[in-house]
Amino acid sequence: MTETAPKEPAIEVENLVKRFGDFTAVDHVSFQVERGTIIGFLGPNGAGKSTIIRMLCGLLSPSEGHAIVSGIDVAKDPETVREHIGYMSQKFSLYGDLTVMENLRFFGGIYRVPKTILPERIRFAVTMAGLEGREDFLVSTLAGGWKQRLALGCAILHRPPILFLDEPTSGVDPESRRRFWDLIHSLSEDGVTIVVSTHYMDEAEYCNTIALINRGRLLALESPTTLKKRDLGGHLLSVECPDIGKAISLLEGQPGILDAAAFGNAVHLLVDPAKISCRDLEGRLTTAGIPVARIGSIEPSIDDIFVRMVGENSPQGGAG
Amino acid sequence: MFERIIRILVKELLEIRRDRWAMFRLIVPPLIQMLIFGYAATFEVYHVNTVILDRDHSQESRDLISHFVASTRFDVVKIAGTERDVGQAIDDGTATVGITIQPRFAAFLLKGQKAPLQVVVDGTNSNTALIALGYVEQIAATYSASQGNTYATRIPGGITARVEELDVAQRPWFNPNLDGRWFFVPGVVGTLSLILTVSLTASAVVREREIGTLEQIMVSPIRPYEFILGKTIPFFLIGFAETALVAVFGVLWFQVPFVGNPFILMLGTALFLLSTLGLGLLISTLVRTQQQAFGANFFVSNPMFTLSGFSFPIASMPRPMQWVTYLDPLRYYLVVIRATFLKGVGIAVLWPDLLAMAVIGIGLLTLSTLRFRKALD
Repeated sequence: MTETAPKEPAIEVENLVKRFGDFTAVDHVSFQVERGTIIGFLGPNGAGKSTIIRMLCGLLSPSEGHAIVSGIDVAKDPETVREHIGYMSQKFSLYGDLTVMENLRFFGGIYRVPKTILPERIRFAVTMAGLEGREDFLVSTLAGGWKQRLALGCAILHRPPILFLDEPTSGVDPESRRRFWDLIHSLSEDGVTIVVSTHYMDEAEYCNTIALINRGRLLALESPTTLKKRDLGGHLLSVECPDIGKAISLLEGQPGILDAAAFGNAVHLLVDPAKISCRDLEGRLTTAGIPVARIGSIEPSIDDIFVRMVGENSPQGGAG
Repeated sequence: MFERIIRILVKELLEIRRDRWAMFRLIVPPLIQMLIFGYAATFEVYHVNTVILDRDHSQESRDLISHFVASTRFDVVKIAGTERDVGQAIDDGTATVGITIQPRFAAFLLKGQKAPLQVVVDGTNSNTALIALGYVEQIAATYSASQGNTYATRIPGGITARVEELDVAQRPWFNPNLDGRWFFVPGVVGTLSLILTVSLTASAVVREREIGTLEQIMVSPIRPYEFILGKTIPFFLIGFAETALVAVFGVLWFQVPFVGNPFILMLGTALFLLSTLGLGLLISTLVRTQQQAFGANFFVSNPMFTLSGFSFPIASMPRPMQWVTYLDPLRYYLVVIRATFLKGVGIAVLWPDLLAMAVIGIGLLTLSTLRFRKALD
């Protein structure tokens, strides 16, 4: 499957637009995905990640633009594209009233996996999902992590060269999430191109390429390391203190403070070091009655980059 | 192609088998409905509560009252003393029919003149009222005929006073006793099969949409017709078995005759099921949840039932309404069912109805397949 035209990208998207009535869910998005890489769509809920993936699978038709998957225009020949792709969504769409084995046999049959190969493929999927000995369990009785891995197993029974995973880790415990990413990596090592969407920023580190998406627009498309080296235009500080909301409203818009955002139990501040120092900040907060537990500079995470980029983008991006 | 269809079919049957209540739901409610319809759905009127006011107090008036008392059609619940009592009994629902025998009833009768009899009926249920009124006339007619005879024989050597009455000889074909059950039971078979198969098909597809498996199937290279065939064949088989069950039950329990060719009924059932499965699929492409599907089924099945001629004669409907009935597959199926049960006529007579069902069924299935392709957008 990978031997056909090796230099051609797995996915090519050009000026893709999707409108639902007046609402533009996807706004002129263009990108390419090289074969065998993992691309992660990152963004908040409703950013348009799922809509892009659904257009790439031919579940939705684009309002404008083109999507070429495996060298085929999805809008023109969705059925052929579907032979080359696997798809799994956050719902882990399996039949709860059927057993593990019955689900696997069903999806194997739907994808017309030859009868001679199917048993071996099913065994592989069962092992991968860690479901040995549970083949005859009803799927509805399985825990989330198992369902998730079984859904992945069902989606790759036909060995698709391209795999679309739409928020596959949502609602699953951290241990299962880590295990799931291990599986994704081993598939990628086998040459499978993987498109995965998530709203967990920490999962971005697992991808080769990150597509930052907000309000239907592609804000950035680069590797996590390049992304993290982006110049934020200031110095990033983390301030740990009680009453974060009060601290942000106190500091936001003050001279020398470019941005302030809450991150867990800390405030991340983007400052101009020429205009304000840590000592100044600590002084101001203490005077306002907010004791500072810790203050110091930090390396920006993907989260910081994302917040900064969304902040820069929203004023002019608000209309569209 | 066949592999995928069979996969879906097997999956569908597995799911039904897994559902502990499926068999119960498929068998018990239709039989209960058949029993209810068989016993309750009848146009005949018995035991109508009746109040009688006798203002003549003659031997003849008492004789007439005894005719009403003896009849199973009427239950004389009260002998009223005044006109007001009659009105009161009708008002408070004690009686549906009020009969007043006017003064000088016997005197008129003896003179051979028309004897006055006043009948008041509670018209809130116009059907019952009309039928009851018919029975009153029948009893009065029987009574006057017997009186005529008595007087004719009483006058020795006299000229016979009797006028030759017009004797209408009734001979209903196919249902000699005009048993309402013979009319209803076959109709129930069609109605039950409509409601059951439309709702089963619609909810089977919508359920997959709700749990997300439909999307999972849509991203596979399966063709819409493969999915639709795999999804409808099990319900076709179930619908067929269901129809047979209800029909056999109707014949054995209610002793409704089956004089026709069972193969013609089977052919008619198969063609009718095309329409109901097509309708169920069409509903499933229009709604998002099982609840909406249930509502849509109710919305569609009720007019289909009303326009089918199951209980309201199509010939009595206004013309435009009659045209609408031509779109109703149940209309044709009821013709086929009643004809095969009671008349025993064959294809030579029934082909237009069979053809109409085939056209509607194929039309609905095509429409739903076309709509299905776009359903996710």
